[in-house]
Amino acid sequence: MSELIMANIIVLSLIALAAALILYYTAQKFKTAGNPLADEIMPLLPQANCGACGKAGCQDFANACAHADEQSFARLYCPVGGAKVMNEIAARIGLATPEHEPTVAVLHCNGTCENAPDKVEYIGLQSCRLANRAFVGKTGCPNGCLRLGDCVRNCPFNAIEMDPQTGLPKVNPDKCTSCGACVRICPRGLYEIRPRGKNGVMVYVACSNKQKGAVARKNCKAACIGCMKCAKICPEICVDENLSRIPPSVSAELFGAELAAGCPTGAIIYTGNKGDNNE
Amino acid sequence: MSSIKTFSVGGIHPEKYKNTSHLPIEDAGIPETVYIPVKQHIGAPAKILVKKGDRVKVGTMIADADGIVSADVHSPVSGEVLKVEDVTGEVGYLEKMITIKTEGDEWEETIDRTPELITEISASAEEIVSIIKSAGIVGMGGAGYPTPIKVNLPAGKKVDCIILNGIECEPYLTADDRLMQEKAEQIIIGAKILNRALGIQKAIIAIDENKPAAIEIMQKLTRRYVGVNVVVCQTKYPQGAERQLIAAVTGREVPPGCLPVDVNCLVQNVGTVHAVYEAVQKKKPLIERIVTVSGDDLQSPGNYRVRIGTPASYLIEKAAPLEPPGKIIFGGPMMGKAATNLSAPITKTTSGILLLKENSVLDPQQTACIRCGRCAEICPQGLEPFAITGFVRRGEYQEAKKIHVLDCIECGSCSYICPARIPLTDYCKLAKYEIRKKK
Amino acid sequence: MLKISTAPHFYSPVDTRSIMRDVIIALIPAGLVAVALFGIAALVTMGTAVAGCVLFEYIGSKWWQKTAPATHDLSAVVTGLLLAYNLPCNMPVWMTLLGCFVAISITKTAFGGIGKNLFNPALVGRVFLFISFPVQMTTWVRPHWLDFMNTDVTTSATTLGILKHVDASSSATHLSETLSELPNYTEMFLGYTSGSMGEVSALALLAGFLYLLYRKVISWHIPVYYLGTFFMLTGICWLVTDSPATEPITHLLSGGLLLGAFFMATDYTTSPMSKKGRIIFAVGCGLLTFVIRRYSSYPEGVSFAILIMNSFVPLIDRYAHPRIFGIGRK
Repeated sequence: MSELIMANIIVLSLIALAAALILYYTAQKFKTAGNPLADEIMPLLPQANCGACGKAGCQDFANACAHADEQSFARLYCPVGGAKVMNEIAARIGLATPEHEPTVAVLHCNGTCENAPDKVEYIGLQSCRLANRAFVGKTGCPNGCLRLGDCVRNCPFNAIEMDPQTGLPKVNPDKCTSCGACVRICPRGLYEIRPRGKNGVMVYVACSNKQKGAVARKNCKAACIGCMKCAKICPEICVDENLSRIPPSVSAELFGAELAAGCPTGAIIYTGNKGDNNE
Repeated sequence: MSSIKTFSVGGIHPEKYKNTSHLPIEDAGIPETVYIPVKQHIGAPAKILVKKGDRVKVGTMIADADGIVSADVHSPVSGEVLKVEDVTGEVGYLEKMITIKTEGDEWEETIDRTPELITEISASAEEIVSIIKSAGIVGMGGAGYPTPIKVNLPAGKKVDCIILNGIECEPYLTADDRLMQEKAEQIIIGAKILNRALGIQKAIIAIDENKPAAIEIMQKLTRRYVGVNVVVCQTKYPQGAERQLIAAVTGREVPPGCLPVDVNCLVQNVGTVHAVYEAVQKKKPLIERIVTVSGDDLQSPGNYRVRIGTPASYLIEKAAPLEPPGKIIFGGPMMGKAATNLSAPITKTTSGILLLKENSVLDPQQTACIRCGRCAEICPQGLEPFAITGFVRRGEYQEAKKIHVLDCIECGSCSYICPARIPLTDYCKLAKYEIRKKK
Repeated sequence: MLKISTAPHFYSPVDTRSIMRDVIIALIPAGLVAVALFGIAALVTMGTAVAGCVLFEYIGSKWWQKTAPATHDLSAVVTGLLLAYNLPCNMPVWMTLLGCFVAISITKTAFGGIGKNLFNPALVGRVFLFISFPVQMTTWVRPHWLDFMNTDVTTSATTLGILKHVDASSSATHLSETLSELPNYTEMFLGYTSGSMGEVSALALLAGFLYLLYRKVISWHIPVYYLGTFFMLTGICWLVTDSPATEPITHLLSGGLLLGAFFMATDYTTSPMSKKGRIIFAVGCGLLTFVIRRYSSYPEGVSFAILIMNSFVPLIDRYAHPRIFGIGRK
């Protein structure tokens, strides 16, 4: 009996030893040399591996920080950790913390079911990228939202959902991390990552149609017709190819309400309180 | 009877619906207004030569090829140029078009309008290529690749046989079938013209089994022409696709990423070859083509000789559907485009207009894959659409590329056959789009 | 309003439901034979199994996966029939229902429903019952032509069971006694032997198989390679050992081999996608069936063989691909 126990102990110990040796060998063989600076930065990060920074995960972000110079560091930002984490990283790598303005994705189209009613019925695979190649879209607008939700399905943070009332995708600014997945996926380039503004107050043109006013209006009541009214209110705005663009530098607090009220088609969206912009 | 040939991998047998193959080609007449897109081909749009108010005759060049991969465009009617600007095309996008208001039917004097057959080929090889170019001929089977480039071989390449594509494997379409029945000799002479341009002797007319009338006429006629032979192919979709046709007729397979010329073949649609005949022998540019108008419940479906630029609505009115159609397809049901705009014009590549009834429009509901393997079995390119679909759903486009999604010819067979109604072709198209975007 | 979709605008009339309907039609002859030989009890078991499978499928899809009820595609009916065909006709109803639960809920729904399951549901159900209730699963009813109240219960007298005894027979007299119990080829071909109710009649199964081939529901590769491999191996073994226990034709006609080869191994979901893969799969099934029947303590090895090969399907699919057009041939 005792022999049996001994034999067991010896055999199991040998197996354990062999396994340990294999583990040691593989650990040595496949060891990847890490950047010591990146290893220092790593513990500072939230470890969420969410990819909101645009990197593959926290380790990737740490590596990028470790190799960053002043310019490239200014482009790095961890939305989850926020300014606090960025300050700590900056101190560790000896660079100044860049100013970071929170941003959010906005959709440059207001072709809702009401503004741009369906002219045909689409019965294929629900994919904007595919439909964009197959035809002009249900609304007839060659630049407008196809309303098939590629951005919704591809948002890694579930920050976009389809609004059943308008038929358009709606960005939830609290969930949006400005990762840019929607910008990349939209076949018509309707998304823009834009500074969120103070208290989330923004003003922007929700249209991308470059057709002549009359043609654009035929398909969508809320189309920008390039009438220049907004440019008169605020000279910073330029209207090019029948389409107005409000640069992010235009103060939403100062001009927002006036621009939105002055737009004859309602293509300009102002997210603040209308008429009452003095807090 | 020689053996019936086909390609070895895959293929499907959709219902044929060739219910217009017995109807003679009928002249559609001249519409009041025509819209002529300046890009009816693969490549750069042609440069516009006319402006508003100009008067043109039938055959007047109105747009000039811009660069090598492009094609001339000629006026199909006589009249006045109304405007030169963007007009909505068949799928709703704006396209640059020349709008001409028709007045009378006055032709350019150089064009020989007599019906006589001219069998003697007097033009030299160089002349032929330049005539084809100045006649604005492009591949009329569907892709619209400019013919002069195909005929003008790249240095070091040679072709040992021309294959005339008379397969027309798409259901419903009968335009090529009728053309072969009625203009058989012109097509054969067209083939001899192309032979001379390439300095070779051999041409093969490939026709599939379900066109016995065309086969009989062609076989009878080819006895008089040395080097021209008829090859009968099995009725199978996509037998008319370039690569599959070459494989069927010669047994050669065009490797991925290569062109037919790499296996010493040149494929031309019979419609294109007929256009070559008319251009070289009759000095007539490409201003009209045969269009099949077919579908459900039409009072007068048929094969019409149509001036390029004729609005589809003009033909639809001619065909007189009993009820307003639920879906209108430019081309065949397997690869054609569903149209949003009925006033969009017929182009050089429109082989048919298909009108489907509201309640015969299929709206298949996608269900789960049952792993039956049919898609892989029937894929004429030997791909595995189910695997590609899996990668696309997970966003792994590079993996899809590794299993050769770029070789997909988008024939639609996999979507057709899938019992779970998964739009496999759409997923393949999506993968190709994403891979090309990332490049 | 005009409808727009991407090409193609046409679809084949064959869909999942029509395929399943064809499989059900192909299974009908074997079912009729079962009722004719084993009586009303067979009909009851079949009904229970089908109803049970459909019920669990409905529950699974509606309350578990929260999708539209998946019963529309008729695949649960096929599973139910196949499970019933793998059982003796006098199975207690609750056991049959338990088998349905294992087949549908555990093997299929838990893996994600139709098309996602790794193992053949009916076979898992059968094997589960076989291991849990060995007595009931090996208590057969003797066949009596058109005796609908047939209750002539016997134990361990299937053809394969007898063949197992042959090996164990010590004396020559014992051996010939055992051999005399064997049904002759005609009986086996028509199905006049005891066994699981759907597997007895080779003729009925063959008719179903031919119908599936005619309707192009399955290709011939899996059944032919499966049976071919098995027949060859048994044949070689028979020639070498000269033991009547390995007589290949008896083996071919007995047990669940034909049912397995025609209807279970050809299941789309649990067999490889490519032709090449299917051949590898079928040869593997044949080999394993032979090994289990010949060398294990079980008389029957078809279900285990197919289930083991099922687990290799993902691996086979990874390496067996069709030839890409234009590559690998001049």
